[in-house]
Amino acid sequence: MAIEVRIPTILRTYTGGAKSVEGAGDTLSALLTDLDSKYSGLRGRLITEQGGLHRFVNIYVNDEDVRFLGSLDAKLNDGDNVTILPAVAGGAFGFAAAAAMLGRSTAPVR
Amino acid sequence: MLSIDRSIIDAIIAHARRDHPDEACGVVAGPAGSDKPVRLIPMDNAARSMTFYEFDSMEQLRVWREMDDNDEEPVVIYHSHTATEAYPSRTDVSFAGEPGAHYLLVSTREPDSEELRSYRIVDGVVTEEPVRIVEPTVDPHAVQSYMFGQSPTTVDYECSPGR
Repeated sequence: MAIEVRIPTILRTYTGGAKSVEGAGDTLSALLTDLDSKYSGLRGRLITEQGGLHRFVNIYVNDEDVRFLGSLDAKLNDGDNVTILPAVAGGAFGFAAAAAMLGRSTAPVR
Repeated sequence: MLSIDRSIIDAIIAHARRDHPDEACGVVAGPAGSDKPVRLIPMDNAARSMTFYEFDSMEQLRVWREMDDNDEEPVVIYHSHTATEAYPSRTDVSFAGEPGAHYLLVSTREPDSEELRSYRIVDGVVTEEPVRIVEPTVDPHAVQSYMFGQSPTTVDYECSPGR
């Protein structure tokens, strides 16, 4: 089962510079595990220590944000396209305060 | 150094003023590898906040795909600080995910002047860089050719009598 995954610039150090790679899995979680076996460390940039998807990474299956598809449980089918983008966010507010206010993970994407 | 046209800077400042006191944000795309900001794309601040900005994830997907299709990249990522100086906060540094981009900050805290500063943010390290605003003048050293009846600054649609 082949799924094309588009990798953002900041994570291409894990894929040897490749803009897109192929992976397999019937859920997003399985796909990320499969990718991590080939591109070690990639999964850790997308998943928090608590095992959830990083708040400031956007992952899309075809044209949908996976947050609306069950997050890591999102179902995947052969031929799907997965796109990973670093969320673009920031602002004047202190980081911890912003995270607390928004109820989000405080682990930054770096 | 960030080199950027005056017309784009003016449009970014207008966007920041329009959204004040909320933070405004957007992208200036340019040909991949050129380091030239050309196409201004104002984005929605999905957070609609005075102290935080976040691109709408669906709008971002659309815009990033469009850039990919056009062989462009985000040369500049801009946002405004509406009550503080134009320096990246810890939040900005934590979330900066485009190591190749110039992070341009506009402060609109003063009602009639703007502070404009640009940074590189790579691996959590912030480096300020100079901003060169390119005025819309004709480069005297460029090789140019003009069609009959035109000069660098004007176009004569009709020949003057007696010329």
